[in-house]
Amino acid sequence: MSARDTDWDGVRLHIVTGKGGTGKTTVAAALALALAGQGKRVLLAEVEGRQGISQTFDVTPLASTEARIAHAPQGGEVFGLSVEAKAALLEYLHIFYKLGRAGGLLEKFGAIDFATTIAPGVRDVLLIGKVYEAVRRRKDHKAKGPGAIPAYDAVVLDAPPTGRVVRFLNVNHEVADLARVGPIRSQANSITAMLKSPQTVVHVVTLLEEMPVQETLDVIADLRATGMPIGGVVVNQVREAILTSKALTAAARSRISRKDVAADLNRVNVRATDAVVDGLLTEARDHAERVALERDEAKAIAGLRRPTYRLPSLPEGVDANGIRELAETLVAQGMA
Amino acid sequence: MAPMLDIDALIDDPQTRIVVCCGSGGVGKTTTAAALGLRAAESGRHVVVLTIDPARRLAQSLGLTTLDNTPRLVQGIDVTRGGSLDAMMLDMKRTFDEVVQAHATPDKAEQILANPFYQAVSSSFAGTQEYMAMEKLGQLRLEADRDPDNPRWDLIVVDTPPSRSALDFLDAPKRLGSFLDGRFIRLLAGPAKAGGRAYVKVFSAGVNIVTSTLTKVLGGQMLTDVQTFVAALDTMFGGFRERADHTYALLKDGGTAFLVVASPERDALREASYFVDRLDEEEMPLAGLVVNRVYRVAAPGLSAARALSAAEQLGDEESGSSSGGSSGVSDTAAITQGLLRVHAVQAEIAARHQSLAKRFIAGHPGIATVEVPAASADIHDLPGLRAVGDALAGR
Repeated sequence: MSARDTDWDGVRLHIVTGKGGTGKTTVAAALALALAGQGKRVLLAEVEGRQGISQTFDVTPLASTEARIAHAPQGGEVFGLSVEAKAALLEYLHIFYKLGRAGGLLEKFGAIDFATTIAPGVRDVLLIGKVYEAVRRRKDHKAKGPGAIPAYDAVVLDAPPTGRVVRFLNVNHEVADLARVGPIRSQANSITAMLKSPQTVVHVVTLLEEMPVQETLDVIADLRATGMPIGGVVVNQVREAILTSKALTAAARSRISRKDVAADLNRVNVRATDAVVDGLLTEARDHAERVALERDEAKAIAGLRRPTYRLPSLPEGVDANGIRELAETLVAQGMA
Repeated sequence: MAPMLDIDALIDDPQTRIVVCCGSGGVGKTTTAAALGLRAAESGRHVVVLTIDPARRLAQSLGLTTLDNTPRLVQGIDVTRGGSLDAMMLDMKRTFDEVVQAHATPDKAEQILANPFYQAVSSSFAGTQEYMAMEKLGQLRLEADRDPDNPRWDLIVVDTPPSRSALDFLDAPKRLGSFLDGRFIRLLAGPAKAGGRAYVKVFSAGVNIVTSTLTKVLGGQMLTDVQTFVAALDTMFGGFRERADHTYALLKDGGTAFLVVASPERDALREASYFVDRLDEEEMPLAGLVVNRVYRVAAPGLSAARALSAAEQLGDEESGSSSGGSSGVSDTAAITQGLLRVHAVQAEIAARHQSLAKRFIAGHPGIATVEVPAASADIHDLPGLRAVGDALAGR
C-alpha cells in the first residue's frame, strides 16, 4: 500500500451516487482503478443489474461471482461484481442456515422471488448485505480479530442514483416496521453500524447543471440527516475555459465588433461571410451564457465545503482508456 | 436517412389519445413531455400531462407547487385555439391509498392502510412507482372518457418513471399478475386458496418447512404482517389486476404513441436501443425517437479543423505583434481567436453527436427521428417549453 496521503485514508467502502446521466458508474470505475493504482486490491460492485461496469471496462457481463476486470501497476487489481438479490439470498441462507431441502422448496414455492422482488426492504438488505460481507471478508477465512488481513483493501459501490440512494442505505429504517426482531433485523443493524463508521464515505457525482447540482445539495442534506458519512463531490465533464473573462463579458453582452472579427478572419483566409461571422458570435454568446450558469452551479458546490474533484469532459466519450485517464486525474487531486 | 418524426401530425391527430415518453434518466423526458403537452394544448387540444418526478423549477413553471395528486390547470398558456393544459405530479403512496379506499369496504380499507407491510409496499417498494403510474394513467383515461360528448381531456401525455430496468412499467401488470397467481401468495392467503384439501395434503409437509424457514429467517412478526396484508388485499386483487390488464391493452391500442427519448451519448442511445426493441417485442405503437440536446453549430460552413488552424495563425500573429508593442490589434485578434476555438470545440461535439445519432439510425432503419438542439440554459418556464416544442416539431 502506498504511504502517500489521500483525502480518504482509512476508508474501505466508497459509495458513489449521483443523478442519472451524471456518469456515476464512470466515476466509480475511475475511483476503483485509481485505488488499484496505489497497489490495492479493489472490488467494484453494482447493485442494479445494469451491467454498467462490464460495459465501462468492455469486458464480458459480470456474474454474481467476483471476477478480475483490470489490473494496475504495483500489483493492484480491480474485481467486478454485479450483486444480485436472489443469489445473495440463497448464499445467505446457505451460510447461516445450511439449508438443504428447504432452500429448494423456498425457491419452488416462489418464496425466494417474493422475498427478493416484492418484500420491501428485504431486497436492499440483501444487496447491501453482500457488499457488507465483501468489506468484512478476510483473506484467510479462518483468521479473526483486528489483525486479520482483509480480502479487499477497498470496495467501491456504484450505488443507486441520488433519488433512491438514501432509502437504499437506510436499511435499518426500511426494515424497522417489518422486522422488529430476528435475523433480518440484526443483519440490518450490523450493516448500519458499518455504513455509519469512519470506514465508509458516500461520494456524490454531479455535472455543472441545475438539476444535478440541486440533487447533490438535496442528497447531501438527506444523508447528513440520516447520519451517513459524506465524502467528496466529483464534478464530472468539466469543460476547460476557452474565452478570457473579458471576452466572455463582451460575448454575453453582444459587444464584439463584427467588423473586427471579419477583418481578423479575412487576414487568415477564412471567408468572413455574414453567416460565418454571425454564427461565431451566436456560438460565443451561447458559450458565455453556459459558462455563467456553470459558474453559479460551481459556487453552489463550493458552498458545501466538501473535498471537490473535477474530471474533464472526454471529447471522445468514455472508453477503457478514458477511465484510466480519469483515474489518474483523481489520484492527482488526492481522491485516491 | 431516417424518416422525420412529425410531432405536429401526431399531436394534431384526434385519434392520438395517449403519448408516453420513455427513456433512461437524465435525458430530458419530463421536459419533452411538458413541451409536447404545452404545444398540443396551444394547438387546441385538451391535454393533461402526468409527470413523475419533475425538477423543481420545471414543476413551478407548470404551476405544480403542491403535490396533491390531482391535475391542475396550467396558467399562462395561449388558449386562442380553444385548448387547455392540466398538469399533475404522481404521488405513488396517495394513488395506492386511493385504490385501496375505492375498492375495499371502509373498515377493511382502514385495516390495510394501517398494515406496516402495506405502508412499506406503497411507499418504498421498487416497482410501486411503475404500478401507480399505470394506475394513474388508467384513472385519467377513465375520467377523460366519462362524458364522451364533453371530454375533460382528449390527450394524455405521460412521463415514465426513471426505472432501474427500462420499461418496468410495461411489466407492471404482468408482474402483478404473477405475484397474485403465485403459489406463495396463495400459500400465505390460506389453504382454501391453495387449491383444496387434496392439494394441501400433498404439499403440507413442504408448506410446513417453508413457513418454519420463513419464520426463522424473517421473524414471526413479519410473516404475520404479510399474511394479514395478503388476506386484507385479497378482496381487491381481482379488480387491481383487471385494471392493470386494461391499461396494458390501452397502451397497445392505436390511440397510443410511444416516444423514446435519448440524449446523443453512447449510454443513453444504448438504452434507447433497448427501449425500441422492447416496445417492438411487446407490439407497442412506437411513434419515433427524440434525440434531445443535440449540439449544433451556428456557423456550419466552417469546419473544426479549419477554425483551429485559423485560430493558431491568429495566435502566431499575436505573439509577433505584441513584441512589436501594438496591443490594440492583438486584443481583437485574441477575441476572434477565442471565437474560433469555441467554434472548433462545438463543431467537434456536434460531429460526435451526429455520428452517434447516425449509428443509431443505421441500426434501427425506419424509425422516425427528430433532433432537439441543446439549449444553452436550463428550461424552467413556458417560453422555454414552447421553444422545445418548436424544436420537437422541427421548426
